[in-house]
Amino acid sequence: MATRESAVRVGLVYPELLGTYGDRGNALVLVQRCRWRGIDAELVEVAAGEPIPDSLDVYLFGGGEDDPQNMAAAGLRDSRAAIERGWQGGGVVFAVCAGFQLIGHSYVAADGAVLEGIGLIDAVTNAGPSRLIGEVVVDPAPPLPRLTGFENHGGRTTLGSGVAPLGRVVSGGGNGDGSGTDGALAERLMGTYLHGPVLPRNPALADHVLRWVVGDLPPLDSTWEERLRAERIAAGTKTGLTKWWQDRMLARG
Amino acid sequence: MSALSARTRVAVAAGSATGWMSRVTGRGAGATISGRVINRISPHALDELAAGLRVALVSATNGKTTTTKLLTAALRTGPDPVASNHTGANLTSGIAPVLAAATKPGLAALEVDERVVARVLDPLRAELLVLGNLSRDQLDRYGEVHAVGAAWRKVAEAHPDLHVVANASDPHVVYAAQPARTTWVRLGLQWRSDAATCPACGALLDWSTDRFRCPQCGFAEPDTVNVLDGDTLVLADTRVPLRLSLPGQWNRYNAALAITAAVDHFGIDPQVAADAAAHVDTVAGRYMTVPLADGRRARVFLAKNPAGWSEVLHWVAGTAASVVIAVNARVADGKDPSWLWDVPYELLRGLPAAAAGDRCLDVAVRLRYAEVEHAVEPDPLRAAAALPGDEPVLLCTYTQFSALYRKFGDGDA
Repeated sequence: MATRESAVRVGLVYPELLGTYGDRGNALVLVQRCRWRGIDAELVEVAAGEPIPDSLDVYLFGGGEDDPQNMAAAGLRDSRAAIERGWQGGGVVFAVCAGFQLIGHSYVAADGAVLEGIGLIDAVTNAGPSRLIGEVVVDPAPPLPRLTGFENHGGRTTLGSGVAPLGRVVSGGGNGDGSGTDGALAERLMGTYLHGPVLPRNPALADHVLRWVVGDLPPLDSTWEERLRAERIAAGTKTGLTKWWQDRMLARG
Repeated sequence: MSALSARTRVAVAAGSATGWMSRVTGRGAGATISGRVINRISPHALDELAAGLRVALVSATNGKTTTTKLLTAALRTGPDPVASNHTGANLTSGIAPVLAAATKPGLAALEVDERVVARVLDPLRAELLVLGNLSRDQLDRYGEVHAVGAAWRKVAEAHPDLHVVANASDPHVVYAAQPARTTWVRLGLQWRSDAATCPACGALLDWSTDRFRCPQCGFAEPDTVNVLDGDTLVLADTRVPLRLSLPGQWNRYNAALAITAAVDHFGIDPQVAADAAAHVDTVAGRYMTVPLADGRRARVFLAKNPAGWSEVLHWVAGTAASVVIAVNARVADGKDPSWLWDVPYELLRGLPAAAAGDRCLDVAVRLRYAEVEHAVEPDPLRAAAALPGDEPVLLCTYTQFSALYRKFGDGDA
């Protein structure tokens, strides 16, 4: 960590197109968790229409509506070589929802139209019969602790046989293809359907991503993030009568 | 009410009884449940109830309640009685009891939910549609902005003679209103995050000048002689100072739309309309003050979505002494508060602040990353009482707001 000379460049890719669900929050959390530890970090916004550079330390791809997702896919394909260079050269890819779909091979819409992704991982997504909406809880492989997020998507993503998921779905939909998993995990790459946004709710996941870039991290007080995480996991894992009561309370107002 | 069918009369009576029950049992203000009963008993009630009324509809993601109240105030300077539903009960079922109680012949200025416009326009024989803005709102329930804009456009295409008064600066609104007979008002658009792509062809919009333009298909901000210029509404050659009692730039947008509609469609004198709008100071509880335990009062603002929050935060940052951010994520708020991260809470740095509401922990974490020092207290009134200043500002999502309105509202509807 101490050997690092330049600032950590956290790239928020196409925020106008892939930022429907607070995805900026993931970028802000990575930047602040560096700065609060005395590690220089900067937020690099790549505006839609601009080429994506190969010099980013983190490539954040977020969620988006259909038209914007189509636009974003075209831009990502144009910059595919640079993204791959950046990733292979030590950068991290962190992709959420529509962004997760786009780092796979393709997204097939309900009308059969095929939207080509950039194929960083072996995964395909098909439009499902319904939208998966609500709190999600996921158990990832150790050392990561239980994750909380909020999903809102119509995709059903199937991973290739050589690709590991991010984790097992405890409650909610996730990849939604019947595998009971969410997301994808590869070397310095993570895909997930978890919004929320996911990093403010899961500080350990944020630090896991940062360690891929900077190595060991000094500890950081995350009391409030952990309180939020505990509250959301409790809300997301309720079943039976307590779930019924929670839904009743949410319908008030 | 003599021209109504027996069935509709029964429906309205049953609806009123249900509404009274709803109010006395404390379940709600009664307008929505009573309307539902009316529609169930007499499906053609809206057609019948609107007979003898010249109907203007107002819709938008943000500002429809306020715009409706301002339009109503402007129209009431004229000779005709004006009915209105400016309490926020804006679904089909919320409109019926208002029409049942309306004096006929007369005018009706009705706020309608964005997704209800297409359903009520024909039965009400609306002659004017006022369209403000479209942005993301309650993503878990309503889905995409583009879909709402496309539904509005279908209405305009089916009614090419319909008079529309619309915001020329919002691409979704322009796309929707173009096929109709539209009077444009240039209001400017502060929140552009939901208008990156062209509603017509999906290409990236060019926002490099103050006016949007699509480099691919030519879709662009329409030219108009009606422009909001600071605190002045310019209607062709007439300059109308607004001087509103309501705070914030966003209320100038609302007033500009309402006054243009009153002048252009109903022939009200511009200055008379503006003076009427200037006197409006609360709108169904928005901007009301509520008592704190120590004798001070807090001023209540409703912000429902990122565009609304963004507008109000700019105002708060320059004006307020302290601020409570009270956020719920119940069904009526939208269960996904991820928009917290799209809103520039960084503007509040240096201002005494508190995180409140069911989701005060989400707010607390958001404020931490914005580096805004804050207290955490779920109860918004207790949170406000612990803050300094003569009049803390209390920013609320919908269900936080409506709980305060039920408790402290002055019945200004």
